[in-house]
Amino acid sequence: MAAAQAGDGGAYARVLREILPYVRAIVRRHHATPDRVEDVVQDVLLTLHRVRHTYDPARPFTAWLGAIAHRRSIDALRRKVRTDASETFSPAAYETYADPDANRDIAAHEDGAVLAEAIAALPPGQRQAVELLRLKEMSLAEASAASGQSVGALKVSLHRAIRAMQKALGGKVDS
Amino acid sequence: MTDETESLIARLTDGLQPVKRLRPPTLRAAIWLGIVAVLGALFVMRFANLAMFVHRIGDPRLALELTGTLLTGILAVIAAFELSLPDRPITWSLLPAPSLVLWLGCSGFSCWRQWIVRGPDGLGKGETADCFLWIVGFGVPLAIALFVVLRRSRPLSPGPVAAMAGLGVASLAAFLLQFFHPFDVTFIDFGLHIAAVATVVVLARASARRGLNAF
Repeated sequence: MAAAQAGDGGAYARVLREILPYVRAIVRRHHATPDRVEDVVQDVLLTLHRVRHTYDPARPFTAWLGAIAHRRSIDALRRKVRTDASETFSPAAYETYADPDANRDIAAHEDGAVLAEAIAALPPGQRQAVELLRLKEMSLAEASAASGQSVGALKVSLHRAIRAMQKALGGKVDS
Repeated sequence: MTDETESLIARLTDGLQPVKRLRPPTLRAAIWLGIVAVLGALFVMRFANLAMFVHRIGDPRLALELTGTLLTGILAVIAAFELSLPDRPITWSLLPAPSLVLWLGCSGFSCWRQWIVRGPDGLGKGETADCFLWIVGFGVPLAIALFVVLRRSRPLSPGPVAAMAGLGVASLAAFLLQFFHPFDVTFIDFGLHIAAVATVVVLARASARRGLNAF
């Protein structure tokens, strides 16, 4: 740490990596979920960075680090209590573009529209094979009876349709 | 280690600049107190009636009270410097407690003596109502000067640091007041002194987070 105070970035990186298990152990005493623990650990690292000039090499490093980790864990806990007291969790709030992971449904709708266009662009025989075998999930015998095509012709049409759609969508369609 | 944590470490260590390590807190406190002592001495020599003060200090009770007042100021300032560092326990805030008890005890005894000697008059307001303004008027600028030095530590728990700083500067202001206070305190004076010290402590505590550049 003394080397880090002198500007040695390599030594500083080693210190920060080596203290992570110790910091996590302290943070876990106050926080349960892994995501939250990692958030607080990062907060501890940022705090340590900002007060690194207060470390005295003549004194124990673990006591200095432990005090910072403990203090920031308690602060995070207090912030959480305050936030929980004034805010309500609403899953619907995530149905927006704010959280990328929450946009999966919207992205799925957008993918569906693209897929529908690709299916519409297929020749009639191939399009019928895709609609019956994939979208309506019929068996080959049922599709054959419904379309009047032989089972072999349906298999060939479906295979060609998938290949054509893969080509059109840049490999996004699973067979 | 998560990718975010690894990425944070990379950002923190990339282009790391050397930092100037803080000097030991007792040394920093001594330098600050030394500067205040020089300025205070100049002020007293210029404006105070030293002959009157020398006459009054012959009373051992007053000498003891002044010792308590000065020690409270010095020890509270030292405690503030110590508490501003992350690894110092909160028990540092007890450092000025014995001298504070000595100060308040002696001052309280003085009030009681005034009451016994002077009867009902000893309960009333003394010759000045300016004590409150004096302690607050000197305490606040001193607190600002102390905050300027303490904020370099970026304390993680700014509340106790600010409270100790407030107690320290208010005590020093109260000590300075004694050079311009040619009479024993009554209960009302005593109450005003305590109220003034409490006011400075509360003001310091209220401005802790911003004033000390805390997290």
